Amino acid sequence: MKIKFLFLWLFILSSNVLFISCSSVKQYQKNRLNDSEMDLSARKSQKFEQSFQLYREGASGTNGGKSGGGCGCN
Amino acid sequence: MRKIYLSVLGLYIGILSTHAQVSEAIKDSSGYQSRKIKLDEVNFVTAYYHQNGNNSAVTGGIGSENLTDFANTIDLQISKLTRNQHKNTFLFELGVDHYTSASSDKIDPSSISSASRSDTRVYPSLNWTRSNVQTGNSIGFTGSYSHEYDYQSVGAGFNLTRLSHNKNTQFDLKLQAYLDRWTVILPLELRPPVYGSGSDDDERPVDYRPRNSYSASFSISQVINTRLQVLITAEPSWQHGLLATKYQRVYFNADFAKGVGPNGNVYNERSENLPDNRYKLPVAVRVNYFLGDHYIIRTFYRYYIDNWGIQAHTAEIEIPVKLTSFISISPFYRYNNQKGTHYFAPYGQHNIDETYYTSDYDLSTLTSNFIGANFRIAPPKGVFGLRHLNTLEIRFGHYFQSTKLSSNIITLHLKFK
Repeated sequence: MKIKFLFLWLFILSSNVLFISCSSVKQYQKNRLNDSEMDLSARKSQKFEQSFQLYREGASGTNGGKSGGGCGCN
Repeated sequence: MRKIYLSVLGLYIGILSTHAQVSEAIKDSSGYQSRKIKLDEVNFVTAYYHQNGNNSAVTGGIGSENLTDFANTIDLQISKLTRNQHKNTFLFELGVDHYTSASSDKIDPSSISSASRSDTRVYPSLNWTRSNVQTGNSIGFTGSYSHEYDYQSVGAGFNLTRLSHNKNTQFDLKLQAYLDRWTVILPLELRPPVYGSGSDDDERPVDYRPRNSYSASFSISQVINTRLQVLITAEPSWQHGLLATKYQRVYFNADFAKGVGPNGNVYNERSENLPDNRYKLPVAVRVNYFLGDHYIIRTFYRYYIDNWGIQAHTAEIEIPVKLTSFISISPFYRYNNQKGTHYFAPYGQHNIDETYYTSDYDLSTLTSNFIGANFRIAPPKGVFGLRHLNTLEIRFGHYFQSTKLSSNIITLHLKFK
């Protein structure tokens, strides 16, 4: 249990450090960030992969796949 | 669970307290914009999925898991600008899946090929989002419906997006509720004498039970520098109602007393039984980095925990290689490690004094691997010279679990603009 919370706090701490250390990026400097491959979301072509992973595994959520609705019991 | 929620709260307070982004927003001075209704894009996604394994939950954790699924969705996005520089966007989606399943066919093993062998799911949804063109802030609502032979779902959602002045930080909130109704279909031998099969031509009564799901997704994305951006998401959710699949059998290591249960002739078997409440907490981070001029590194990690005892770590990496500015090939790998629920036991190993029991290997301790590649082409003059066919993507993946289940999926995505 202690290891789990230590891991979670490390995750939070490293995330905060990362956010604090970021620099200001102007719109005209975002040509790479605006590339469609840089989207911070799952691809549309991943939609059905996420569905079967949701059904074949116990974990779900946070990656754009649905976390409720529909049976998925086959 | 409370400690975990406090941890997530700490994460957001930490993020929101950062002040690295203070520059002025760049204002668009381009002048006239059309206010006509505009068709932004149409997406068509189709996939073929096939799996096989030997741990079917319908037959108590043994038997064929052979299943094929042919899944399709089409979505259509239209928008209209208002006079005060707001944009109304409507996204309509229609999905149709058709599956055939060897295990569902075993609900009634006496039939050669029962109605439950295959099913079609139809699920339309409509989202309306109103956004401020200048700031990028938006608010929206979603309504959805899903219909299967034995299962109906009505959903409602709310989404909110807030951007910082320089558009380097974005906060998203999504609230969703699904109100589902399930026809309780039981394995043939466990049906009480007057209980129906659930099929249309059977007039005997069956039970109907609700299953409701509520979730809230909080995410914050941040541009770190000109090559790196990060997204952090937490999505607590709660499910309530019939969460067990009642046509899944569980076999015990001893016999129940004679005459106990729905059918006095069956002594060592029951329908799956699981708690009526499930609280889930997944927390994830997504990091994308543009390496040099031709490589992008897309990574995803998720930690998941719920009150059924399931804990999972999921990590994913995908490396798009830009062969040209509009053709890319992206090998990917996903690893999942899951500690199973304490309600799980394999075939014939549950004790008869247990309250909750399942032999569904999806909920067991397992590791899984998923490997494949994504091919994407998006030439400026359209794919195959077709001006409106903006993007074509083909994706293939092979999945294998430590439970010996394996599957393949191939997906085609066409985007029209």
